[in-house]
Amino acid sequence: MFATVGGSGGSAIGQRLSGFENPRSSNSGNKNRQRVQGRGSNGVDDDDDDDDDDKEQDDDGRGEGLDAWERAYADERSWESLQEDESGLLRPIDPQTFHYAQYRRRLLLRSSAEQESSSLRIQKGLIRYLYIVIDLSRAAGEMDYKPSRMAVVAKCTEAFIKEFFDQNPLSHISLVTIKDGISQCLTELGGNPESQIKSLMGKLECSGDSSLQNALELVHGYLSQIPSYGHREVLILYSSLSTCDPNDIMVTIEKCKKAKIRCSVIGLAAEIYICRYLCEETGGSYSIALDQSHLKELLLEHAPPLPAIADYAIGNLIRMGFPQRGVDSLISTRSCGEELKVGMGYTCPRCYARVCELPTECRVCGLTLVSSPHLARSYHHLFPIPTFKESSDPAPTSNLYQKSRRMCFACQQDLVNQGSNNKSFVDVSCPKCKQHFCLDCDIYIHEILHNCPGCESQPHSKNGLNNK
Amino acid sequence: MDNESTLSTIYSEDVSLMVVILDINPLFWTSVNSNTNSLTFTKFMDQFLPLLNSVLLLNQLNEIVLIAHGINSCGYIYNSSMENRRGGKRGPAFFAEVSEKLKEFMEADCLHRKGAKSTSTIVPSLLSGSLSLALCYIQRVFRSRPIYPRPRILCLQGSPDGPEQYVAVMNAIFSAQRSSVLIDSCVLGLNSAFLQQASHITGGVYIKPQQLDGLFQCLSMVFATDVQSRSFLQLPKPAGVDFRASCFCHKTTISMGYICSVCLSIFCKRHKKCSTCGSDFNRPNSNSKSSPVQKSKRKLDDR
Repeated sequence: MFATVGGSGGSAIGQRLSGFENPRSSNSGNKNRQRVQGRGSNGVDDDDDDDDDDKEQDDDGRGEGLDAWERAYADERSWESLQEDESGLLRPIDPQTFHYAQYRRRLLLRSSAEQESSSLRIQKGLIRYLYIVIDLSRAAGEMDYKPSRMAVVAKCTEAFIKEFFDQNPLSHISLVTIKDGISQCLTELGGNPESQIKSLMGKLECSGDSSLQNALELVHGYLSQIPSYGHREVLILYSSLSTCDPNDIMVTIEKCKKAKIRCSVIGLAAEIYICRYLCEETGGSYSIALDQSHLKELLLEHAPPLPAIADYAIGNLIRMGFPQRGVDSLISTRSCGEELKVGMGYTCPRCYARVCELPTECRVCGLTLVSSPHLARSYHHLFPIPTFKESSDPAPTSNLYQKSRRMCFACQQDLVNQGSNNKSFVDVSCPKCKQHFCLDCDIYIHEILHNCPGCESQPHSKNGLNNK
Repeated sequence: MDNESTLSTIYSEDVSLMVVILDINPLFWTSVNSNTNSLTFTKFMDQFLPLLNSVLLLNQLNEIVLIAHGINSCGYIYNSSMENRRGGKRGPAFFAEVSEKLKEFMEADCLHRKGAKSTSTIVPSLLSGSLSLALCYIQRVFRSRPIYPRPRILCLQGSPDGPEQYVAVMNAIFSAQRSSVLIDSCVLGLNSAFLQQASHITGGVYIKPQQLDGLFQCLSMVFATDVQSRSFLQLPKPAGVDFRASCFCHKTTISMGYICSVCLSIFCKRHKKCSTCGSDFNRPNSNSKSSPVQKSKRKLDDR
């Protein structure tokens, strides 16, 4: 360590000094060199050396600064991470606080919607038939979203499809594209996310005009065939600012309204009157995405099932089969795949046809085949956990593990250290069990876990939440 | 947010974080006591504590969190990462500390019970609560470090399943699956349908040891191995998991049944009204004439 520093410093100064002293005396070169090497280890010369390094770094930094300057304005939209406070000063947004604020807003919105819609029991459209209409007209090639609108839409759709099937295992999705004024069904209604995503990624080209009416007509044709208990939904991702229709679109909208198809639109450009009219008439929602992350957020809002509107889908009993897993070593052909596979199939309890995976419909007799976990995956929509309240009073320290500190009941994180300076509150508490939780756990509990650890840690007779 | 966090998962593969969920249901352990040749709680602890110690010894970075649940409460008992910070104890001191904390917890759990009337049947313990705690803790580990140990959960369950916990336990299983946390289960009492499903869905191991005297061997052979090493081992093959549903009206297991389209309740025969959500099923018959396709479909279903 010392040797390298001393050596390099010494040699640099040696060169400089020798260049200076050489004309004066040629034979004292050795002495000078020795002296210089000796000096190289003391403080003054080290500082000198550091200054050189700093200069080099400055140069490098300036070179990168140009790039960063461009990058900052072109891609990163750095002004969006600034916020104006009450006195007009700019202040950076703390990403965590921002994230949490977003989540709270989402949660409150959802819980208030639930309170409005349901008096006693929550009813949700759990069996959904959703057509995703993707606008691949000329406007989808615009580069205002990077790299292009359609690439961003495809990426967000992929995330959405995965999330959708995670939350609605018994639902079906189909993809429709609009291109050259014609709408085309890309995939049939189905429950397999991989095949849907694959076929979308293969068809990403845009051209021509877009036609809202053609798309609606096509979807209406398909959706009128589905069983009456299903919720018919259309989600349109609309890039263009116009629609090029063959007939009167109002008639089509009226038809959709009669067929109880809920149409929602997410616009990528600007608000269009006809889209708003369509959404208002059919009970859907209309929103405009500001940027890529906002688009994703808007899209994912459509993943959880919406509160059921009484007339939209008629309650019905659906006949379903619960197939049992076949013996592993058996070799069998199955109706869903072309090739022979070894074992691991399920057998339809009605016609004994073999199927590969659940949930599906039996290819032979048409019976819906599910397993009980698929049904259970949807139950959390029906038994939501209460919104936690922001609390300011100190948490009770009746914890067994460590009595002195306030901590999150769920993850044992300190509630005191964790709060950053500009947060007004650091923890939330469940209105039922009165336990305190940290903000991260709050998000996890409401968005993924769907269990309140505090309520679950009490005997169930008291809270009476899950009486199944 | 969650998607991103699961995608950017960086495990240090050979380091494990083992969250052990221990059922200390006093009713179960006292009922075991009365039988002659079975495992008492003291004997069980003699076999169980060496497992914790051996997991900690397998790799210096291994972490263990012990969560206990009784019939009235769930709580953290021991956390090796916190103990290490305070100068970790190993060997006898470690055993003594864990035992002491468990004893405190058990006493507190029994105290709660005083108010309730004593029952002859075993009250189910709060499995759902401690599963939720374990998952929250694992999420905290995910959040707090860039590289984290591979998490897994080991459930040591004695008491039977509580049907009222079904939704909560299933929720916990699905979130474990989502963040790829294995749930291993070792059942000391009757077979547990909850844990069978949990292990099957998350890819863990489910066993019900035949010989409880040699429990330590069983625990250390199966559950001490980290997730990565499991692919090289011949672990017990899962017995068939029954995914058939039981109907809400008679609680019988059925292979074909009727599902309410509104709330997904399961019934074994046709009803006029859903007993869970109150939906009326009579209306569609009059409506179905409107569309011929629907009618044919329903006919098919009714067959």
